[in-house]
Amino acid sequence: MWRYALRRLLQAVPVFIGTTLLIYLLVFALPGDPIQAMAGDKPVPDSVLHTLRERYNLNDPLLEQYGKYMWGLLAHGDLGENYDGQKVSAMLTGRWQVTAKLAVTAWAFELVFGIALGVWAGLRRGKLADTLVLGGTTLLIAVPVFVVGYTAQILLGVKWPIFPSAGVDDGWPYSYLLPGMVLGSFGLSYVARLTRTSLAENLRADYVRTARAKGLSRTRVVVRHGLRNSLIPVVTYLGVDFGSLMGGAIVTEGIFNLPGVGQQVFQSIQLKEGPVVVGAVTLLVLIFILVNLVVDLLYGLLDPRIRYD
Amino acid sequence: MTGLGRTAAAAAVLLAVTTGATACGGGGKSGDGTFTMGHSEPDHLTPGNTTSSYSFDVITNLFDNIEGLTKDGKPYPLAAQSVDTADQKTWTIKLQPGRKFHNGEPVTASSFADAWNWAAYGPNATQANEYFQHLQGYADLNPEDTNAKPKTDKLSGLQVENDTTLKVTLDGPFSQFPYLLTYPAYAPLPKAAFKDMKAFDDHPIGNGPYEMDGNWQHNVQIKAKAFEGYQGQRKPHNKGITWKSYSSADTAYTDLRAGRIDVLQTIPAAKVPEAKRLLGDRFIAHKKSTIDYLAFPLWDSRYANPKFRQAISMAIDRQGINKAVYNGDYIVADSILPPAVQGHRDNACGELCAFNPAKAKQLFQEAGGFKGTMELYFSNAQPTYYQWMQIVANSLKQNLGITDVQFRQIPASDYFSLLRKRGEKGPYRQNWEADYPSPQNYLENMYGPGNRMGWDSKPFNDLIGKANGAADQAEAVKFYNQAEDVALQEMPQIPLWTWAGQAGRSSKVDNVTVTPYALGLLVDEVTVKK
Repeated sequence: MWRYALRRLLQAVPVFIGTTLLIYLLVFALPGDPIQAMAGDKPVPDSVLHTLRERYNLNDPLLEQYGKYMWGLLAHGDLGENYDGQKVSAMLTGRWQVTAKLAVTAWAFELVFGIALGVWAGLRRGKLADTLVLGGTTLLIAVPVFVVGYTAQILLGVKWPIFPSAGVDDGWPYSYLLPGMVLGSFGLSYVARLTRTSLAENLRADYVRTARAKGLSRTRVVVRHGLRNSLIPVVTYLGVDFGSLMGGAIVTEGIFNLPGVGQQVFQSIQLKEGPVVVGAVTLLVLIFILVNLVVDLLYGLLDPRIRYD
Repeated sequence: MTGLGRTAAAAAVLLAVTTGATACGGGGKSGDGTFTMGHSEPDHLTPGNTTSSYSFDVITNLFDNIEGLTKDGKPYPLAAQSVDTADQKTWTIKLQPGRKFHNGEPVTASSFADAWNWAAYGPNATQANEYFQHLQGYADLNPEDTNAKPKTDKLSGLQVENDTTLKVTLDGPFSQFPYLLTYPAYAPLPKAAFKDMKAFDDHPIGNGPYEMDGNWQHNVQIKAKAFEGYQGQRKPHNKGITWKSYSSADTAYTDLRAGRIDVLQTIPAAKVPEAKRLLGDRFIAHKKSTIDYLAFPLWDSRYANPKFRQAISMAIDRQGINKAVYNGDYIVADSILPPAVQGHRDNACGELCAFNPAKAKQLFQEAGGFKGTMELYFSNAQPTYYQWMQIVANSLKQNLGITDVQFRQIPASDYFSLLRKRGEKGPYRQNWEADYPSPQNYLENMYGPGNRMGWDSKPFNDLIGKANGAADQAEAVKFYNQAEDVALQEMPQIPLWTWAGQAGRSSKVDNVTVTPYALGLLVDEVTVKK
């Protein structure tokens, strides 16, 4: 298993170099001049524009810029600066904290409530509970997240102020509960439906019948034999979803004014701040690779028949 | 390992991977005499290194310039006792003695001279560099050859006579210098700033009525408290202010409704009708100094005839657009200058800015009509630009018979680069917001030598020169107005409308005044209910 993990980690190296180069090229392929754009409509003399371009290596050929960026990153662990002179590492640290808190909240929400709802529906296939869960989750999947977000914000943040309407003033978890639920509502629906279908199917499998015939209690049969085998597709989904939650949620962050990675990447793409976009997305790719590795290792714990090597 | 044990282990691994979040504290609220304003993230907080109005909202309260602005846009000595000149070229500034920075350092003539030298020095690459071009010696700090190192880093026009006297020599007579001195880039800097400019940007130390309360928390908030040692004329009526950063104006408005912020300077246009209803007397309509124009690329011969440009101006129904796009809240332009700027004359533009399809058609034919495609340029910064450009296109089609009109919506980050390169092939949206409320700021910047439109008028330039050299303000305004009349007749760009501001407040605060100038909200005047 460890050799397998190591091999997977080594595979991350070319992926890392490839993505950084690709994103660097993409950001610089965007039209426009970031230094000019920064000044907006205010007059800026040539001497200032020239100095700023020199400072951020924008006068160099593209590959040389990329080389300087990678050299700074690998040799000095320096993610560079944005064109306002702010350290990208400092910018992203604050942003990742917010995104991580939001992602964990949303993810925990879909994990706990998604699996619970799925089990509830799966055990009562065809009954009212099942219909309710299926109908409710279809609705949540169908409605766009900004509708859910604004509605929840107006109802639960303004009309009946149970939660703060926006911002991070109240810290984790209070400030993150409402946005976490909004963001997690989509994933919750998938988790619930996956769990329900998978469980309902497995409960009719031969080995469950055998377990019942052995005289095991209903709880043991459902949890140990039914649920554990049903969780593999759910874990796959949860893993991938955690990766994408960590990528930031532009819409949810925007509605609830959470200064997370999503907003940062969105702004930086508009401002053509190459180093920021590359830094954020590269970290994101690494997180994705790591999460997927953990998911693959988890399969072995859930299903002993799965072997690595 | 039992089956259940395995499931539990799996959950434990997942949890272990995902814990990385740390706690963060909330802000104190209510009853402490402070208030909160919804805000957008500024770029910098060092005066001299920013031209962003969001930065100005903050730094105009942290710093006292030599001149301040009254509510109706007239300069008055703020950090200075007096500002005198005999020839509009050399200025003697006497500072108020005994004034101190927030860190206790005395404010001297050098505090100003050092700050301006720093901001004007090319290699420092400050955002406000160009605003120092009127000072003698500016060219030496910003050589034509951008690769050359400047010979000096001191403006020859700045002379520190003693601790309280600063002598300033300009590159020519400039009667509007007191207005320029109100521009936030002209604030003083303490010696502490130059030790570490980056740290200073996160915790600026000024001489104004408010001092920073902790560092700038990027993308979250900026807190300032009333400065106890403040000796100036803007003594705060409250204990402090927090500027809370919002990436979406809609969310800021929601937070105003939820009572989580006390002042919001700009309510999003789409929410204005609702806000008027919900906020009642807490809805605050205020003037702005921002004005929109439609400008022409005069190097294209099709746009070179003034009659043609007048025809376009008279073919546009400004009031109709105002009603359709801006709820009728904007002020239709009847002059190049917005009403909030000194020298504005009602109906200065006369019939040239009035909707008159018949006269427009006549002028259009006299000018020889139009051939080819008319391309209209604007940025995608606001959806309203596209809306009003469509109405303009319709008017041109109906009233002048220009049928082949194309829209060129440019990404906001590209728009000004395109205009600087003169890449536009047709009329474009132009916009100006006052740096300081002098007519010169609008006229010379938009119509003066080297302007974007390629318009060159000797009579106009001469009149601006006369106004800049005028001994008193009334005479200066007279010449600026004459220059304005020249520009209006030639119509290289068409004034369209002045923006209107829509602010809101919570019931916790009162005396909320928003000025149309760089000051924005008069923070020191706001009172907070106990």
